[in-house]
Amino acid sequence: MKKLGLFGVMAALLRREVSVALRQKGEVLTPLVFFVVVASLFPLGVGPESALLLRMAPGVLWVSALLAAMLSLQRLFATDHADGSLEQMALSSTPLGLLVAAKALTHFLLSGLPLVLMAPVLGLQFGLESRSLGILMLTLLLGTPTLSLIGSIGAALTLGVRGAGVLLSLLILPLYIPVLIFGAGAVEADAAGLGIGGHLSLLAALFVLSVFFAPLATKTALRISLE
Amino acid sequence: MNTQKIHWFKFSSPQNFYFLAGRMWPWFAVLATVLAAVALWIGLVMAPVDAQQGQGYRIIFVHVPAASLSMFVYLVMAGWAGFGLAFNTRLSGMMASALAPTGAILAFLSLATGSLWGKPMWGTWWVWDARLTSSLILLFLYLGFIALQSSIDDPRRADKASAVLALVGAVNIPIIYGSVYWWNTLHQGASVTVKGASIAPAMLWGMGLMTAAFWMYAITMTLVRVRAIILDRERHAEWVKHAVE
Amino acid sequence: MAGANGVGKTSLLRMVCGLAPIDSGQILWNDTPIHSQSDVYRQDLCYLGHLNSLQESMTVNENLVFTAALAGNAPEPTQLQEVLAHFGVRGRGEQLVKHLSQGQKRRVALSRLALSQARLWVLDEPFVAMDEKGVRMLADLIASHLGKGGLAVITSHQQVDIGTLAPQMLELRT
Repeated sequence: MKKLGLFGVMAALLRREVSVALRQKGEVLTPLVFFVVVASLFPLGVGPESALLLRMAPGVLWVSALLAAMLSLQRLFATDHADGSLEQMALSSTPLGLLVAAKALTHFLLSGLPLVLMAPVLGLQFGLESRSLGILMLTLLLGTPTLSLIGSIGAALTLGVRGAGVLLSLLILPLYIPVLIFGAGAVEADAAGLGIGGHLSLLAALFVLSVFFAPLATKTALRISLE
Repeated sequence: MNTQKIHWFKFSSPQNFYFLAGRMWPWFAVLATVLAAVALWIGLVMAPVDAQQGQGYRIIFVHVPAASLSMFVYLVMAGWAGFGLAFNTRLSGMMASALAPTGAILAFLSLATGSLWGKPMWGTWWVWDARLTSSLILLFLYLGFIALQSSIDDPRRADKASAVLALVGAVNIPIIYGSVYWWNTLHQGASVTVKGASIAPAMLWGMGLMTAAFWMYAITMTLVRVRAIILDRERHAEWVKHAVE
Repeated sequence: MAGANGVGKTSLLRMVCGLAPIDSGQILWNDTPIHSQSDVYRQDLCYLGHLNSLQESMTVNENLVFTAALAGNAPEPTQLQEVLAHFGVRGRGEQLVKHLSQGQKRRVALSRLALSQARLWVLDEPFVAMDEKGVRMLADLIASHLGKGGLAVITSHQQVDIGTLAPQMLELRT
């Protein structure tokens, strides 16, 4: 039998997650549809006045994307926990922190990336110009991995707990606020003619911080949940 | 000379701490009352009327101390929780659980007083000021902690899970506060603060003493609450049955 | 390990695996506490609990490849075929797990043991809900594992004959 290196193990996990997701397409598409629905609610709530919608667009689209990304977090560990695979991962000789990081990466690929691609379409509905659409995509691209990483902490903490879905949102949303502020802020700043270098660097910094610390917190939380 | 070492570790057992806390809390309660009385006297009577905001600004003497202390309490709570997670001590987790409601109440008080300030100033009950918004988010962090604790049945698992949450929250607090302050200055929102060339020394004294008063209050309430938590968690132990008689 | 239901066999096994916290006492592997050598210990460990640890929407082969990967191994396709054949689920490699019967799923879970190269097997009631043939297969597998110098910690209600090796019995009582 061949031996697998660390990279090989993570690739195996990625392959597994992606093939499961492709066979359960509904679960991948639902958050995307949710994104579209929620973003469409805002004009219905505040009226179709184009100047107002244009002003609101970055914030509304960011919040909707944030909520949609959060929707699929519950399933991050829940199915594996239910069939015993999570235990096997915890008992694996591969560090749990790396496995958890791989899981967050697949969450980004399957939830975050589709949102990034969908956002410009919705942006058009709000009257955003192509330059703003580009910046929106860029900030979402930089921000959604961080959302997946922070979200995995919440998913691990609420594993198997009563009312896990809503509790997860309550725990995670305050932690999402900095990403929201800099992400939406960048689009607005650019529209106002200001530079966005600062925003992008801060988003990147948040990403780097979460890459280092989130897997540690998530794996601790997972072991606590498995006790 | 008789040298007696205080064996602090003795008090890390819930049973011993129960009795120690029982003897300590009345002192802190007295301190809290005295400090609060002095601070309120300074704030309401001694400090001069603000040139721009009139008498209404006096609520700052409660608003600012409540806001700062609620953040301080969160950090202390996270500290206790982290200690309990690292060293697997029962009492640390209980202290963190005891601190949470007090911290949440202080955060809420900060919001309420900020709101009361805003009404005569701007005619609205809420203003997206940096401090108020940060206090609001802090309140959410407290509520999340309390909610997570109450939804996990096993107390040990609840303590450990909420410890992770508290630590993650503590690390995030500077980031959240920083980003909110930045957001606020960018959008030039209203500011819930005393403007003016200088803040009169009396005002600083008033706020400082009130902060100390809130601090003593927090300690008092935490000690009282932790005793109740100890009794609840250790209810099967022999000493509890005797203590409750 | 024997004992009535609810006495704590599963809890003890989970402590042996390092999943559950220990209030007092120690578990030693190679004379070292397991918590101070987690990575090394987990390489030597293979755990089979009540759950099958099989992802329903994947095929049998995909599942076996994944669990082997978690242990750092990459089995050849021929090895997979052999193992499945040995456990009486020959040729079902490309079937989705959700299309198998309960018994077949359990057999696939056991095949994971055969592919594992761990020294220590921790099995929680592995003989439950298995027919005679399955019990025989598993007993032979454990016997050959022991013969190669492996260790097995097993909880069971039933008395099962594991070849010529006499197990050390531990009975748990409340």
